[in-house]
Amino acid sequence: MTFWNNPINFIGNWLTGVLTSWHMPAALATILLYIVGIVVMIIFAMTLDIGLVWVERKVVARFQDRLGPNRIGPFGLIQPVADIIKMVIKEDITPAGADKIVYNIAPVLAATSVILLWAILPLASTIYGVDLNVGLLYIVAAGALGTLAIIMAGWSSNNKYALLGAFRMVSNMISYEIPMVIILLVPTILANTMSVKGITQAQSGMWFAILSPLALLIFLISAIAELGRSPFDLNEAESEIVAGFHIEYTGMKFGWFYAGELLHAFTFGGFMAIFFFGGYGGFFGLEKLGFLTWLNIPFVQALVFIAKAMFGYWVIMWVKYSVPRIRIDHMLAFNWKFLVPLSLVVLVNTAVLNKVLITLPSWLYVLGMFGSNILIGWVTIEILRAYGRKQRKAGEKPISPAQPQEQVA
Amino acid sequence: MTAEQIIFLLTGVLVLGSAFMVVTVRNLLHAALWLVASLFGVAVLYAILQANFLAVVQVVIYIGAIAILFIFAVMLTRRQLLESGRQTRSSWWIPALLGLLILIGLVSLILSVPGLDRTASAMPVGLDTVQALGTALVSPDAYVLPFEVASVLMLAALVGAVYVASVDKK
Amino acid sequence: MQNEWLYIGLFLVIGIIVPVVPLVFARLVAPRKPNKIKQSTYECGIETVGDSWVQFKAQYYIFALVFLVFDVESVFLFPWALTLKQLPLFVVLEGILFIGILVAGLVYAWRKGMLEWV
Repeated sequence: MTFWNNPINFIGNWLTGVLTSWHMPAALATILLYIVGIVVMIIFAMTLDIGLVWVERKVVARFQDRLGPNRIGPFGLIQPVADIIKMVIKEDITPAGADKIVYNIAPVLAATSVILLWAILPLASTIYGVDLNVGLLYIVAAGALGTLAIIMAGWSSNNKYALLGAFRMVSNMISYEIPMVIILLVPTILANTMSVKGITQAQSGMWFAILSPLALLIFLISAIAELGRSPFDLNEAESEIVAGFHIEYTGMKFGWFYAGELLHAFTFGGFMAIFFFGGYGGFFGLEKLGFLTWLNIPFVQALVFIAKAMFGYWVIMWVKYSVPRIRIDHMLAFNWKFLVPLSLVVLVNTAVLNKVLITLPSWLYVLGMFGSNILIGWVTIEILRAYGRKQRKAGEKPISPAQPQEQVA
Repeated sequence: MTAEQIIFLLTGVLVLGSAFMVVTVRNLLHAALWLVASLFGVAVLYAILQANFLAVVQVVIYIGAIAILFIFAVMLTRRQLLESGRQTRSSWWIPALLGLLILIGLVSLILSVPGLDRTASAMPVGLDTVQALGTALVSPDAYVLPFEVASVLMLAALVGAVYVASVDKK
Repeated sequence: MQNEWLYIGLFLVIGIIVPVVPLVFARLVAPRKPNKIKQSTYECGIETVGDSWVQFKAQYYIFALVFLVFDVESVFLFPWALTLKQLPLFVVLEGILFIGILVAGLVYAWRKGMLEWV
């Protein structure tokens, strides 16, 4: 175990040695080391979060054909620091009649639910918090805490628009959780494990994006809805109900809602990378080739992971800044009448084909899984087209026969 | 007093204290939030017992679905009702006495079970609990019938809820 | 085993402290001059109309109910999914039966108009 191979354990062992030579009991040393590791991980996540503010503002500017922040620092890189300083020194206005305790807990809970996700996120094969054997459901559980924070924020603000925004947002989030959890069963079946690191390692042969592109698509859509970003952002529809559930929040409390949302988006980009694009693993097993073995160094793997997560985050931003907002009844109908049945079909298809085709040679297996997804996609589009055609025909007025024109004398 | 016992005692205080607050707090929404704290304490208890799957499922289902359902149900009531009304009836000492008697009976019953202070046998190393649970749920000689019956039970719940809601709509 | 949850427990504690620190710092640093107008409820810049409480649409509750049933179903499916590799094909059929029964429930709710928003 060298430093390059396994940095965290190497440093951990060295520090344990130092601490026990100072006659500290082993249990206390372990706890202290855990705390140090956790603080480092959280600081990394927070620094990434600060960088994401800059990325988001530059990208939205370019999509809208303008420059974005470019005054403070080179290319506006110091802008997020200015933003944070501004938020901290702004006055904290609590609305009259607000439920003070719940009002103050809500932003903390929203930020905590996102930070908790970093405990199981594997940045590299040896850089991660814990390898929980039920990692997938842990992700869903952390999301549940976020949902609770939104209800608390909307209710305690004593503002009917905040309450409306919170109701809509929570209905949205819980509805889209179903296709997400059902689609998360697809990597579970393909990798035969629920642990996040295990799913990454199972993709060393073939990325799950190739084995099941429909699952990737449905996961992307439900992730965007879970995050509450456009086109599913009814909760903060600026033109409708101002800022939704966080209307009455000012200063750093609003800052935590905002930063939490950005970090949540990036973390979901990271999950997309892990579940479908091989995580820290590299490219289709290329790293086993002789001259590319440096791809296996944990620090390089971490960079690969962050690059893939950035790609996922980029796709999420791309959708946000290109597509108009969807109405709430369309949103819910889309989920319950389209996404849930489709995700169940994809799940059943994966389960059956995985069992039947596993004995065949691997290229036939990949072809079979990919082909079945394309087939399901094509059938779905045909059904939608037939439905659309029927709706159009029902809406057309019957064409009356031509009337003879009156002669103008 | 091992560390595990200390953590168990603290979690027990969290669960029981939150449960007590649920029934005594005046504001209905606060009661729902104390319930969330109590359910979270139960999840911590599952984690102490190394039942990983049950711990996360507890948070996902109870806090992520049932507590939200409770909060939605609380919000269906008019706001005035949320914070008014008497907390206790005049004859509150009768149920309190009954509760105390039942508590004494239960505690003495549990204490009379032989082998209570025996430590649990260690789990076999490398046992994947979730996979063992899965195998138990689908093997024909294990629990596959309750597994399928559970889906029928959920179907009944769904049909019942839809029926009640459609009656209300008319 | 035990260490995993200890790590996550410590993560939770520190994850609660980290957002609280800037909030406490802001409380020390930021000005505090509350007055009646600043603390009034925001309603697009005009005076508020009516109570600050809206009639909760019953439709939200129905969606939460349907969500609950499907959430429990998908959680049941996780242990099933982990056994597919070892056990023979009929296990897949058991799962399909499970999913099929609940799809029947979804179709029933759909036909009864429970999934409409109005």
